[in-house]
Order: sequence, then C-alpha cells, then structure tokens
Amino acid sequence: MNKRKSKINYNKWGYRFIMPFIIIYVLFSIIPLLQTLYYSFFEYYYRFGGAQKVGPNFAFFDNYIKVFTEGKFFKYFYNTMSIWVLGFLPQLIVSLLLALWFTSTRLNIRCQRFFKTVIYMPNLVMASAFSLLFLRLFANNGPVTNMLFDSGLLNETFSFIDKAVPTRLLISFMNFLMWFGNTTILLMAGIMGIDQSIIESAQVDGASASQAFRKIVLPLLKPILLFVMITSLVGGIQLFDIPQIFTSGTGGPEAKAMTVMMYISTLLGPSKQYGLAGAVSTVLFLITAIISITFFYFFNRESFKKGGDVR
Amino acid sequence: MNRQARVNLFLQKLMVYTTLVLFAVVVLFLFYTLFVNSSRSHFDIQKGFSLLPSDHLIRNFNKLVANKNINVFNAMKNSLIIALSSAVLTTYVSSLTAYGIHLYRFKGRQFVYMFILAVMMIPSQIANIGLVTILYHLNLVDNFYVIILPGVAAPATFFFIKQYMDSILPFEVIESARMDGSKELQTFHRIALPMIKPALAVQFIFAFVASWNNFFLPSLVIQSPSKRTIPIVISLLKSSSPDTFDLGPIFVFMSLAIFPMLFVYLIFSKQIIKGVTLGSVKG
Repeated sequence: MNKRKSKINYNKWGYRFIMPFIIIYVLFSIIPLLQTLYYSFFEYYYRFGGAQKVGPNFAFFDNYIKVFTEGKFFKYFYNTMSIWVLGFLPQLIVSLLLALWFTSTRLNIRCQRFFKTVIYMPNLVMASAFSLLFLRLFANNGPVTNMLFDSGLLNETFSFIDKAVPTRLLISFMNFLMWFGNTTILLMAGIMGIDQSIIESAQVDGASASQAFRKIVLPLLKPILLFVMITSLVGGIQLFDIPQIFTSGTGGPEAKAMTVMMYISTLLGPSKQYGLAGAVSTVLFLITAIISITFFYFFNRESFKKGGDVR
Repeated sequence: MNRQARVNLFLQKLMVYTTLVLFAVVVLFLFYTLFVNSSRSHFDIQKGFSLLPSDHLIRNFNKLVANKNINVFNAMKNSLIIALSSAVLTTYVSSLTAYGIHLYRFKGRQFVYMFILAVMMIPSQIANIGLVTILYHLNLVDNFYVIILPGVAAPATFFFIKQYMDSILPFEVIESARMDGSKELQTFHRIALPMIKPALAVQFIFAFVASWNNFFLPSLVIQSPSKRTIPIVISLLKSSSPDTFDLGPIFVFMSLAIFPMLFVYLIFSKQIIKGVTLGSVKG
C-alpha cells in the first residue's frame, strides 16, 4: 500500500523530465509549422527588393493557386525527385548486395571492418564541402575535365556543369556516395537479425539461394527497407546543400538541378515572399506525409505497430 | 565440394572483392585527392590528379589565412561553438526525455511517446522555414541561439537513448537509489547518465557532426560576416573574384571542414557504425 502511494508521487516527475524537450519542440517546430500554414493563406511579401511590405492580407487559396498554376513548383519537384531516384535506386541495389556479401558465411569476407569503415565515411562529411570538392574537380578547366580532354576520351566542347544531364547525374552520384554506406550497415543489421536456421532448413528442403532470398530474406527485411526508404525520401525531398553549392544557388543549366528547397530559400531572399513560401512548404509537407503513409501501407502495417510499442 | 562449385565460389569471391575494393578506392581517392591538392599549386591542380603531395601546403594555408573575405579561424570557431553547444544540449535534453518516458508511468506517457515517434518523420527543414519567418518578424535573426536550439529537441536522439535505456537500465537500480535517499534528478545524473555513457557518446558525435555540417538554417539566419559558419563560407567561396581565384587555398579550406570529422570518426568508427543500426529499427 505504502509502496503504491510513493510510486504515484514519483510518476509526476515524468512530466518534469519531458518538459524541456516538449517546450523546445513546440516552440521551434510545431509553432513554426502552424505559422507556415497560416501565412500560406495570406498575400504577404516585400516589394522593391525588400523595401516595401505588402500584406499580410487574407487571400484564401491564391498562393496555392499560384503554386499549382505557375509551373515552377512542379518543375522543381520533378527535378528533386529525379535526382533522388537516380541516387536512391543504385544505392538500394548496391547496399543490398554489399549487405548480403558481408553477412554471407559462404563468402566469409575478410577485412570487413576496413570496408565498412571506408564506405560509411562519406556519410559524416559536410555535404556542402563534399559538393564543392566535386564542383572543383568537375568544373570546366578542372582536373577531371582536363584529364579527360588530354586523354581524348571527351570532346573539348563537353562540360560537366554547363549541361543539365551531367549536373543532375553528379548530384545524384554524390548523394549515392554519401548514403550507400549508411544503408549497407542498416540492411546488414536487418539480415543478421534473421534466424539463419530458417534459411538453412529451407535450403535443406530444396530451396535455391535466390529462392531463399526472395521468399525469406526479402520479406523479413521489409521493416528495415521501409525505414531506409522513408528516411531517404524525407531527406531526398529536402535536398539542398549539394545542389545549392554545386550550382552556386542557380539550379544549374536551365535550372534543371533546382530543388524545391532551393526554390523556397530563394523565396525567403530579399523579396521575402512569406505567403508563397508558406504555400510551397505546406504542399511539400503534405506530399511527404502522403508518400510516407503510402509506403507504410504498401509495405507492412504490422511492422510499424510493433516498433511503436512502449515497453 | 566438387571442383565446379569451388571454381564458382572463387569467381564469385573475385567479383565481390573487386567490387568492394573499387568502392573503397573511389571513396579513399576522393579524400586523398583533397589532401594532395591542398599541397599543390593552382596550376598543378587544374592539370590533373597526382598521387604525390607537393610542397605548397604552407603557402596555400598562408594565402587562405591572409584572405580577408574568408576569415577561416573565425568560421571554425563559430562552427565549433555551435556544434559543441548543440551536441551537449541535444544529448542532455534527449536523455532527460528518454528517462522520463522510460521510468515514470504518468498519464499521457504513451501519447507523448507515439507523438515523438510520429514527428520523427516531419522534415526538419520545412519546420525551419516557418521558424525563419517568425524570427524575421521578432527581429531575432543573426545569432547562434536560433541555430542551436531548434535541433535540441531531436526525436531520433531521444529514440536511440530510449532504446538503450530499455536494454540496460533496470528499475531495481533506480529503486535502490531511492531507498538510499537519492533525489530524482540526482539519481538521473549520478546513476542513469553514467550507465548510458556509450549511447551518450555516440549520440554526442552524431549531434556534433549534424550541427557542424548544417547549412540550411544558418544560411537563412546568419547575416553578419563575423558570425559565418564553415558551410556558409563554403557557399561564398565561389564568388571570389577570378583574378585572385586560387584553388590551393580552397582545397585547404575544404580539408579543414572535412578532416576533423573524419579524424574523430576513425577513432570511434566501431561505436559509430554500431550506433547507426541501434537507433533505427527495433528488432
């Protein structure tokens, strides 16, 4: 009886412990998100290079209409997604392969720690510095370009940064390099969590290696694949540092490497278009939410429920 | 194993090792080039790659330091102050929260836990946009606090530490500390925190790296040149005028931005790689 009483007393401490986190999160994330939503319904910007304020005047869905009719948003969203897909697909395939190899007892790969350490390395590197490095190497008159010219492998008129396709491909490649190690390590953990005896007994029953992979390993990897996909997507939609530095904020040739985040960052420039920026952000937020939820349903509902339990 | 199978295994191994070595070479070559080019002259860098360092490192470094537009040491100092405060606050606040959820059975606990898990999916940069709008209105831009504080409530860090507490911090230990008359906060500081040290170390490093590399929010709120962080300076490097343009110092600057993190990583690589998996998915 006494013990129970004291427990109730202690439990109030829970609120005090979680208070700082909740306050900071509400102040710096929740309120800003609501603020973004609020301004998205207002005409609100600065004229003459930031000299004169216009608004805020309530404007219903004007900003949203502008987002959907102006065409810029769709173009930049398409850019963002194609850069993400071009980096993420090879990343998923390579990481899955590497993870299978690292965990295979048959291959028994040596120097695993070395390889893992090296491939994870780019993940900790400053994306903006990494992008500047690539820009300096692949710029016109840069070492890569000059070497390819000298060896005659490339036509002298070729440019990595003045054409849309190579610019996008390089940005995707940087993204790939920065994340494939991380994904490999996550998938490895997933594979190692699978009970090997299930696979062995399936093989005893006559399942081939590829059958065992498709029918056993892949389904059991679903939760981790889901996690990898969603985190990568949320990161990919917010892609900013690499293209911003690589194209000096211009979006590159014909703005084909301009991402949505770069677009929003220009909206917050001197003209401070809070209304339009709010609408773009809200649409981007909704798209992220919809894609994430779709992924959940498409994959496995139970796996997430399990992850959400409080022990 | 028959001969055919052995040949197959050999061929497979050959392919696997070739691929692995190829990836390792690509990654290592990039960082090695960064180092080598820091020590070469502008003209040499443009010509192509070299495996051997040259002797321009000191000269490039001096030239970088002499550049009035860049102010290297100030940028490094700013980045260091921001990253250290972020890392300390993030790990501390997340530990407090994880402890609160782990130990106490208060009303709304399940809700708070599910809420934090759900907001893990919210793109942080989108929240930053609204924040920047508010900060402009309140005229609170151009200081370090608004860069440090938003990241302090980090759902992923919370989740990681909570997982770790689940696996290592039994209620009995806390109970017995209470018996000995330890106050709740005291128990947290003296008993819980030392027990979760490995998790704290990994999360400290992750928070530090994230803050050190952060570009989006600082690029929107920092205005005075004296408050620029390293990524902001990197974004300005392209605009240096062509007559003074010299790749040597630029490579030195990139090295200063990248190598300190790699150095820390190489020391703690084992724990960091373990940490990548622990915080992500349960079971």
